[in-house]
Amino acid sequence: MDIFYGTWPWYVSGFLIGSVMLLLVYFGKTFGMSSNLRTMCTILGAGKTSDFFRFDWKAQRWNLAVVLGAMLGGFIAVTYLSDPNVPTVMLNPTTVTELQQMHIDAPDGKLIPDALSSADAIQSPKVLAILLIGGLLVGFGTRYAGGCTSGHAITGLSNLQLPSLIAVIGFFIGGLLMSWILLPLILK
Amino acid sequence: MKFIKYILVGLLFGIVLTKSEAVSWYRIYEMFHFQSFHMFGIIGTAVFVGVIGLQLFKRSKLKDIDGQPIILADKEKGFTRYLIGGLLFGLGWGLVGTCPGPIFILIGAGFWGIGIVLIGALLGTYLYGLLKNKLPH
Repeated sequence: MDIFYGTWPWYVSGFLIGSVMLLLVYFGKTFGMSSNLRTMCTILGAGKTSDFFRFDWKAQRWNLAVVLGAMLGGFIAVTYLSDPNVPTVMLNPTTVTELQQMHIDAPDGKLIPDALSSADAIQSPKVLAILLIGGLLVGFGTRYAGGCTSGHAITGLSNLQLPSLIAVIGFFIGGLLMSWILLPLILK
Repeated sequence: MKFIKYILVGLLFGIVLTKSEAVSWYRIYEMFHFQSFHMFGIIGTAVFVGVIGLQLFKRSKLKDIDGQPIILADKEKGFTRYLIGGLLFGLGWGLVGTCPGPIFILIGAGFWGIGIVLIGALLGTYLYGLLKNKLPH
């Protein structure tokens, strides 16, 4: 059972993620998680101030059901499909050393560093600002690009869409810039 | 009841992304530093399965669950919005390590701090809606 409780191999995970996309296509829908952010803005009343949010959000209820399932999935995975005795998030030792120099704690089975998400950490204005600005970039960028990892990298590339390839190249330019240049400055 | 199948697909997605650790900040950092093949393997396999699956769907003229022909709309042509929007998203992804799917999955898994990322993402989406007509696309 260690294989099941530990880190699922990339080929199993990739196969299942591809299958999720195909299942949604079979259901007559398109896999895309960032669209839900727009739907939620509409539900919260954003249509009063911007046309972009005036659309029939009820047609997107199926996608909100996917979100609900995904949240339940996250809960089930950490609660029932994990075992503290089975090592997870085994990183390259170089990565761990690099992170320690930026005051980021080693994973030791955690998915997210305490330095960025523990109850103590999020009381620091700096960490709050990191999470909020990071979220802002994710929300703004995905809507500007018309999709995220699921809509462009998985669905778009699978459907051989050039715009999606451009977007994915953009994702990587942004991610490399952040991870190599800005992040060390921010976390110093 | 018609939403059950979507909840189940979401459930599978949430479990796989958590157990593969694609929701992990550490895995995203490691990916951008090319220190492991794991994330590239996941995305590469998903796209590989996706390309073959969609080709099979098209060539076999498979109908969807309601008997309608399967049509995947082409993405609108363009360059600026994809590159700049993509780049801005990439900056956020590299910083907080979460794309939109994992934001929801992690909150479900009990990482409440990610709720702040969600608030940011909703604000960012709203901001885009306000500025949309002024931005180059």
